[in-house]
Amino acid sequence: MSAILEIQNVSKIYGGVKALQNIQLLVPQGQWLAVMGPSGSGKTTLMNIIGCLDTPTSGRVIMDGLDLGSLSHSGLTAIRRESIGLIFQEFHLISYLTALENVMVAQYYHSLVDENEALEALAGVGLKERAKHLPRQLSGGEQQRVCIARALINHPKVILADEPTGNLDETNERLVMFILHRLHKQGSTIIMVTHAPDVAAHAERIIVLEHGRLASDRENNPVVSQPSEQKSADSRAEELNQNQKSEESFLAGTMAAV
Amino acid sequence: MLLKMVLKAIGRQRRKHYLIALTVGLGVSLATAMLGVMFDVGDKVNQELKSYGANLNIVPKGASMLGELYQTEDTAAEAENVNQENFIPEKELYKIKMIFWAYNIVDFAPYLSVPVEINGQKIILTGTWFNRHLKLPTGDEVDTGMTALKSWWKITGSPGDDGDTSGLLVGRDAAGRLGLKPGDSFSAKAKGKAVDLKVRGVFDSGGPDDGLIFAPLSLAQELSGQAGLVERVEVSALTTPENELARRAAANPGSLSRMEWDTWYCTAYISSIAYQLEEILPGARVKAIRQVAESEGAILTKIQLMMILLTVLTLLCSALAISNLVSAGIMERSVEIGLLKALGASDLSIMFLVLLELFLVALIGGVIGYLIGLGLAQLIGLTVFGASVPVKAAVIPLTCLMVLAVTTVGSLPALRSLLKLEATEVLHGR
Ligand SMILES: Nc1ncnc2c1ncn2[C@@H]1O[C@H](COP(=O)(O)OP(=O)(O)OP(=O)(O)O)[C@@H](O)[C@H]1O
Ligand SMILES: [Mg+2]
Repeated sequence: MSAILEIQNVSKIYGGVKALQNIQLLVPQGQWLAVMGPSGSGKTTLMNIIGCLDTPTSGRVIMDGLDLGSLSHSGLTAIRRESIGLIFQEFHLISYLTALENVMVAQYYHSLVDENEALEALAGVGLKERAKHLPRQLSGGEQQRVCIARALINHPKVILADEPTGNLDETNERLVMFILHRLHKQGSTIIMVTHAPDVAAHAERIIVLEHGRLASDRENNPVVSQPSEQKSADSRAEELNQNQKSEESFLAGTMAAV
Repeated sequence: MLLKMVLKAIGRQRRKHYLIALTVGLGVSLATAMLGVMFDVGDKVNQELKSYGANLNIVPKGASMLGELYQTEDTAAEAENVNQENFIPEKELYKIKMIFWAYNIVDFAPYLSVPVEINGQKIILTGTWFNRHLKLPTGDEVDTGMTALKSWWKITGSPGDDGDTSGLLVGRDAAGRLGLKPGDSFSAKAKGKAVDLKVRGVFDSGGPDDGLIFAPLSLAQELSGQAGLVERVEVSALTTPENELARRAAANPGSLSRMEWDTWYCTAYISSIAYQLEEILPGARVKAIRQVAESEGAILTKIQLMMILLTVLTLLCSALAISNLVSAGIMERSVEIGLLKALGASDLSIMFLVLLELFLVALIGGVIGYLIGLGLAQLIGLTVFGASVPVKAAVIPLTCLMVLAVTTVGSLPALRSLLKLEATEVLHGR
């Protein structure tokens, strides 16, 4: 397996704060990596650097064979556009655009808008029927799924999710994990920050940061989230609540895949 | 997609966009009014200034040799033994309205003075046209005369009347010296003959004319024995401010090249109007009353300068206000802008988005402001100049440029903060 991401001796210092210190990390193509650690340990800082939103104070980041340090500001913007899919804890949907339009914004800045493709992406997260709704008309879980659809629309090489389930209840957390499982199955590289061990348990590999240092790095036997009777009943209750056939079939599909 | 985003964004920050449109509208309306008036102010001010007197003086070739002493008694005494060279025939005067720049000749009035004795005191009586209706060979009809030429005179009693051949208009000082008031009748002596006269009105010119007495031209001609003659004509003409060409032409028309000469002849310079008047009145010499003409130009330039200054200041204020509003708008939307950056939108495309949105709003404000400005220009025209201001087409592209400039300048600080905005900062709520 070739490495999609190589982090060599990366440090990030904010004023006097050493947010990251000498991080070494090799992420193979297609790996699902969970990043854990206490608050302030540098998880978000690391994600920002991988996501080309920030640059390290020292060290090198090589993504898909490309040294990010050699890129200009606009070069980094281009990488962000082409290779990275971002999923936020806060969703960050544009409030005055519909779910569909929020997905299309990413298309617009990437290449061309394609409404059908955007609709498909929404269908992929079970929101085909909610395409015309504004973010405030959607539940937190639904908003997060729109955010995921937007992150996936341009087929990124790496998906970065900073606490994707941090603002979600258990049911929605499960839904999001299903989607990530499917993406993982399809071969996407996923780097996911989380506080929750049961969320991290879905990943193949778990690293822990402490005070900006890599404190542990271990393989994980991912939970095959074989939904229990109870869980599946929960999910179904929710879908039936929303009375959306497409979502039902989406969930059924997802669970069959997992 | 872009347009959709822009329109929806406009819809969302509606209050802010109203304010931006309002600011642009206000700035543009004031600027439009200023510019509208400024383009028109040349004619308006000229028209205004011409009411403060004549700017051309036509004298006979012979008399002009004597200098400007025509009002002295010496001249009047000499007048007894002068020939036709010292006078202009009254019947030629209509030609003044037939030169190339006829429509720029606003008014003219002939004068003929004669010394008279009233209540034992010697004084000059000046005959003139108060208000003469002329039929030109071209078929045009015009009214001209001293009443219009000296429109600022304050008259107590009745104004002058060409038909009342014994009715005088007496200057305030002369009336005081002679003890006359409106309605008085008295007997005067001219060249030994007695003549019955009466005072129609007393005028206050605020100047040296207050020492004079005016009468219908026919009376002066009769008293002096110079039938059908005048000794001087004052002309008020609308003129283009002098420039270098006009000055050279005035010094020596022969020094101009053919093309320069054409340009000069076909421009309403005071010197070219004077030249044309001399062409049409061969026995006369036309002198520009230059101080007036030049101060007209100077005042005009100053007024226009002031208008430009005010326009620029107004627009600057608009730009400042817009800059505040746009900056606030960007701040409010920093998360959204950070998100677009995170999605891989280039700085340029985000600026484009913001500017497009702004220009759309500004355009709406600009159009409304332009319409209000036109109204405002009319208001200024009517209150200040007592005449409407015609719409000049040049104002429209200028207004567009103004909107563009104001919004661009106004949004510069916001664009700078937009560039500096870090996606990481806003997306993680730091
Ligand atoms: N822009 C910044 N300026 C100054 N200090 C910063 C900045 N960004 C992060 N830090 C500091 O760097 C350290 C790591 O922050 P980071 O956000 O990466 O932590 P985290 O692991 O994501 O924490 P959490 O779990 O609370 O999200 C913290 O001490 C933080 O205060
Ligand atoms: Mg964090």
